[in-house]
Amino acid sequence: MSNQNVTDYKDKLFRVVTFGAALVVLVVIVGIFASLVEQSLPAIRKFGFFRFLTTPTWDPVHEVFGAASSLYGTIVTTVLAMIIAIPVSIGIAIFMTELCPNFLKGAMGTAIELLAAIPSIIYGMWGLFTLAPIMGNTVEPFLQHTIGKVPYLGSLFSGTPLGIDILTASTVLSIMIIPFMASIARDTFTLTPQVLRESAYGIGATRWEVIRNVVLPYSKGGVFGGMVIAMGRALGETMAVAFVLGNKHQIAHSLLDASATITVTLANEFTEADSNMYMASLFYLALILFVMSFLTLAAAKFILKERAKS
Amino acid sequence: MKLKTIFFSLLLLAISPALMAGNTINGAGATFPYPVYSAWAFNYFRTTGVRVNYQSIGSGGGVRQIKNRTVDFGASDAPVKPAELKAGNLLQFPAIIGGVVPVVNVKGLSAGRLKLTGEALAEIFLGEIKKWNDPRIEALNKGLNLPDSEITVVHRSDGSGTTAIFTTYLSACSGDWSRKVGTGKSVNWPVGIGGKGNEGVANYVKRVKNSIGYVEFAYAKQSRMCYVKLKNKSGRFVEPSFESFKDAAAGARWNPDTGYYLWLVDAPGDGSWPIAGASFILLGKEKSAVNRKVVDFFEWAFKNGDETARKLIYVPLPESLKRSIRDYWKKNGID
Repeated sequence: MSNQNVTDYKDKLFRVVTFGAALVVLVVIVGIFASLVEQSLPAIRKFGFFRFLTTPTWDPVHEVFGAASSLYGTIVTTVLAMIIAIPVSIGIAIFMTELCPNFLKGAMGTAIELLAAIPSIIYGMWGLFTLAPIMGNTVEPFLQHTIGKVPYLGSLFSGTPLGIDILTASTVLSIMIIPFMASIARDTFTLTPQVLRESAYGIGATRWEVIRNVVLPYSKGGVFGGMVIAMGRALGETMAVAFVLGNKHQIAHSLLDASATITVTLANEFTEADSNMYMASLFYLALILFVMSFLTLAAAKFILKERAKS
Repeated sequence: MKLKTIFFSLLLLAISPALMAGNTINGAGATFPYPVYSAWAFNYFRTTGVRVNYQSIGSGGGVRQIKNRTVDFGASDAPVKPAELKAGNLLQFPAIIGGVVPVVNVKGLSAGRLKLTGEALAEIFLGEIKKWNDPRIEALNKGLNLPDSEITVVHRSDGSGTTAIFTTYLSACSGDWSRKVGTGKSVNWPVGIGGKGNEGVANYVKRVKNSIGYVEFAYAKQSRMCYVKLKNKSGRFVEPSFESFKDAAAGARWNPDTGYYLWLVDAPGDGSWPIAGASFILLGKEKSAVNRKVVDFFEWAFKNGDETARKLIYVPLPESLKRSIRDYWKKNGID
């Protein structure tokens, strides 16, 4: 065999191996999707698609299952967590790239990365034993006495503040996703070319103007990407929320009410689900979450692509 | 040379479970009896060299695994129905007794002061009795100063055998409960907040004023919670204790022909605690060789394990029931 042939052969082998590795991902995804569909077939047949999505009842005893309440809980906790986390993490990123004195940079960066490395069960335990009492005894009564008095808005904070509710769960969630958003935003901020910054300063822009008109527009795409990743994490987060959300299947109008998310329902009820329809309905919920996460990511990709074009 | 050594030790490690398989019993299921089963397994291994590997994956999983015969025995906190046993060709017997205790947090009340009946408990959990000074509660507790404040109900948020036992009791005492809510490992609770696990419920009851919840006996005892006295079938108010659980188990009519299918709620007997339950073991009927090994383990535990169980605050089976189970094994070709 000539040298040339050996190289060709190696190239081919390399291609096959890497292609195989890439294929594994596809096979796994398709396999998970197929098995979710297969396992949830009995529930799909019994409850249909729209009826399952719009029924808020979750009654394992009488085998009446609907996804509306857990879907609602999933969306509300995620949106609320994003509302809390976005300003905080962009603030962190701006401080760290533009204002932070050098000696603090390393320490703060490490702290944020550590926050991301804490396993979610620890957030759950901390949430149950530390945060929930604080929320129930101090923060929520305070909110009730202030915002709670405002007409319309006040109804968001009605009810007895127990600390095991949507607000506490969203707070825990936001703490969990802040490190993702903050570190991605920080990285994209530092990618802003120094030339652009310096020319802005050169024509007399203030620090605030540089951040607002140069850095932020330049790194919009990256920040958005970080948000989507964080949102994906919030949608799928389980253990941290399971302890502080109460797993109550209701469409709650107050943020101080207990609720359920799809993953919390799965984690809480999967091990003890005994009837076939119960099991199938849990798989159906999982399927819905799978599709939802897929759609979120796809939409984000699409938006990023459109933006890159323009 | 070195690589080879590593390779062979890895290989040995990989096949060692297979080599040990002859001396290992695999079980899976209920989480509630896990501490006592693993304590028994540890002592059993020390005396006999037989390893019992028990995985607490949940009762639902335990039943599924033994039906598929992927384990040597399954364990469930809820008894499997006779028809289902027949369909799966399964044997079933109880191995340990546990129970559920209602606990409260009301200012000025100490453990055992508050008396309740099954009906009153059901009405509280239905949300029909809303305040502690409701005449239906006051009638049972003459002389007790109950506050005029709203009751917060705390229940389990995860599926659990504890909930199954508790709701079975409420259904037995209240027609309303059985019609509106029913029994199950997780139910559609009319009122209240959910805590995850016993620790979740205990935490909320301790923290939230004027609350009521239910936890496993062991949990109530260990964390010294304010338990409630309940009226049993004979009309007496009893405290949750080893004796009252044992009385409930001894007074019940266990039937080997139905695989001991029985909910130990509202059991007859003067001293019986009304919310008890057994945790069950499931065996594949046709696997006689494996079953012998499993039964050997439980026979050893029945003889030597009572003290261990009591230390962990589980209630051992009464002697009469142990005798009946031994006959049941014999009758099914295992001894």
